[in-house]
Amino acid sequence: MLFSKPMNQLQRLLLSARRVSSSPITPPPSCLLHKRLFSTSDTDASAASLPSSHQTVQTLESKASNKSRNTSSTTSLNQDELAKFSAIADTWWHSEGPFKPLHLMNPTRLAFIRSTLCRHFSKDPSSARPFEGLRFIDVGCGGGLLSEPLARMGATVTGVDAVDKNVKIARLHADMDPVTSTIEYQCTTAEKLVDEGRTFDAVLALEVIEHVANPAEFCKSLSALTIPNGATLLSTINRSMRAYASAIVAAEYILRWLPKGTHQWSSFLTPEEVTMLLQRASIDVKEMAGFVFNPITGRWLLSDDISVNFIAYGTKRSDLGDI
Amino acid sequence: MNRVLVRKLSSNVCGTKILRRTCSTDVTHKVSTSGSNESFAKRNPTDDGPQHDIAIVGGGMVGIALAASLASKPLTKHLNVAIIDNNPLLGRKNIIEKGNPPDPRVSTVTPATISFLKATGAWKYIEEQRHAYFDKMQVWDYTGFGYTRYNANDVHQDVLGCVVENKVLQSSQLSCVQESDLQKTIYPARLNAMDMLPSSSLTGLGEVPSTTDLFMRGRLAKLELSDGNSVYAKLVVGADGSKSQVRELAGIKTTGWNYSQNAIICTVEHTFENYTAWQRFLPNGPIALLPIGDKFSNIVWTMDPKEASDRKSMNEDDFIKAVNDALDSGYGPHPETTSSRDSLSWLTGNVTISTKERFETPPRVVKLSSERMMFPLSLRHAKDYVSKRVALVGDSAHTVHPLAGQGVNLGFADACALSKAIAEGIALGTDIGEANLLKRYEAERKPANMAMMAVLDGIQKMYSVDFGPLNALRAAAFHGAHYISPLKKRIISYASGEQALPLFS
Repeated sequence: MLFSKPMNQLQRLLLSARRVSSSPITPPPSCLLHKRLFSTSDTDASAASLPSSHQTVQTLESKASNKSRNTSSTTSLNQDELAKFSAIADTWWHSEGPFKPLHLMNPTRLAFIRSTLCRHFSKDPSSARPFEGLRFIDVGCGGGLLSEPLARMGATVTGVDAVDKNVKIARLHADMDPVTSTIEYQCTTAEKLVDEGRTFDAVLALEVIEHVANPAEFCKSLSALTIPNGATLLSTINRSMRAYASAIVAAEYILRWLPKGTHQWSSFLTPEEVTMLLQRASIDVKEMAGFVFNPITGRWLLSDDISVNFIAYGTKRSDLGDI
Repeated sequence: MNRVLVRKLSSNVCGTKILRRTCSTDVTHKVSTSGSNESFAKRNPTDDGPQHDIAIVGGGMVGIALAASLASKPLTKHLNVAIIDNNPLLGRKNIIEKGNPPDPRVSTVTPATISFLKATGAWKYIEEQRHAYFDKMQVWDYTGFGYTRYNANDVHQDVLGCVVENKVLQSSQLSCVQESDLQKTIYPARLNAMDMLPSSSLTGLGEVPSTTDLFMRGRLAKLELSDGNSVYAKLVVGADGSKSQVRELAGIKTTGWNYSQNAIICTVEHTFENYTAWQRFLPNGPIALLPIGDKFSNIVWTMDPKEASDRKSMNEDDFIKAVNDALDSGYGPHPETTSSRDSLSWLTGNVTISTKERFETPPRVVKLSSERMMFPLSLRHAKDYVSKRVALVGDSAHTVHPLAGQGVNLGFADACALSKAIAEGIALGTDIGEANLLKRYEAERKPANMAMMAVLDGIQKMYSVDFGPLNALRAAAFHGAHYISPLKKRIISYASGEQALPLFS
């Protein structure tokens, strides 16, 4: 119902988010949690069987897979899967390797991030290093594909990932350029950093939330890491039929861009859900944009079409209450 | 219509050994030219040289245009640029004297290039010097079967192009660069060798790695110059002409062939001002007459090498007579001015102004005002425009026939595209020597340049044969271009640089 009329899409979902948040707290209408708890896939089933006190552990372990293209992982993660991702972890920076789609999408994501954050922090967009003096965190940084360009734009970047190998690769690559060697990489999770009390001017979690077992908790952690009036950027894949056709069938089976099983359609979140989860975590979504792939030119483009890949930019409410 | 190189780096190629660089090994592939620089080999490898973001090898029109374009953009104007060219006059204060007759080395800049030069801020300096706008063009051949006239009003513009001396183009851009905030250093030397190592980690180097450390870890390219200095840069741009040293050292292959033609260029004078560009195709090659301003015109005459050396050495009066023959009375009759056929207006579309113009004879040449220079002509195209930390712009990437005055305009378009790619890369936090950024530049320029080269080569081949049916075909082409207005508008718009590809855009 909300996938038509892209012009009004953002307005509609913001409206719907506000409507939903004012109603009594109910489970998300999209049966998200339902599927997560009762689906028959290995990981989700084991999620159901664990008591809720292990939910946090679940979230941590599932983040272990975030950039390594795994289905959400658990403590009972298949060692073969881990080995498979460790193997391709070396190929993070091979622009023609298994992470090629991410390399192709990177400039487009960066364009959106740069323009929204320049506006958010009132920085001059035509400056070469507009984020000088700002602290950013890249949650689920993988090999550092996002962290390095942000560091070149002047930001003080911290990159975290739950997979140790990713962090090692990221560190090695960042050390190749004096500008990016100042990035701080840690093998940890958002929750642990929240426990340490760290905060950042902008929190970025791109292509992570679809691999997380408890998106609501994840959003709360992201919010806790953001300073009041700071920025949060989250990108993921929409749970729509088009996304099933493109991100799962086309990308995994036909074009073989991603290993089969990288994504679970049931783990995808719709823009409305993302907005609502962030709303509940005190983050107001201000802008959304979509990424569209043009198969002829082989390039990704920024667009209003959020039916497959989309990115959301939100600001954390200041402690003085609703804006 | 002159495609002339201004500053070719003369390279010492006796005993050249060129090794192909591969990226996957750890061994340095050291590539260097002749043995006259043994003093290099003994240099202490730990000497640190100055470090730059971009090293532009070749300070000609296109190389300086790239620097000026970078200087004019807010994202790139803080970069540190080195210009390497062994012309000792480069960088000296503007010493163009206004009283002299024009230099025979001129270029026709298209409206697209004029916009580019205005954007970099160089056009105001060009307008202070001698320059000549022209708004009409006439093209015909020796058979006298047909002619085509173009008028800027056909596409609702004021000019079809402007003819400017190469040294004016170069010095005005250099003035822009010198006035800007761009950090620039000019090295009056020749490039002898270029090294690039594969990337590796910087772990173990202190807080601020030295230049040599960065080079050893593959972050910088090292350029060794003929005066003994070493320069380091993140990106090396080869703007050093058709015999590009950078292209050779980077191991980029070329394809192409030599035309069995040489071009003679000179400046001539008339008794009255000339505002039209004239080109007549003769059996051995076209002769073009371009206005330069103040009753002067520039001649570009393409012919056989033997004729060329004869004509270069014959005395002035004979040469003037030969030129007038070539332009006007010799080789064949004048085309007849045919009345425009109203009955075919459904085919020809909205009739443009130039369709009704009569055939005119070009102005007589009365005096030769400069020495005659001769250049061999060839077609050359680099297989790749970019390589690791290297990009080629201008003639080093593509050399074309001067018959349509496009050569340096393609080079300026390259400089514009490369500076745009660099600015975008910096905006998105990319390392400027990175392959993806450079490939974007290549993807923009290569198809357009190849299309233009194909068109020009096709025209050159079409006019090199004197064969009845082919002559008739050419005549039909002349008539078609003259009368079919949509086609004429498309031709003008493509030649003006407003359109990058001849079809589909």
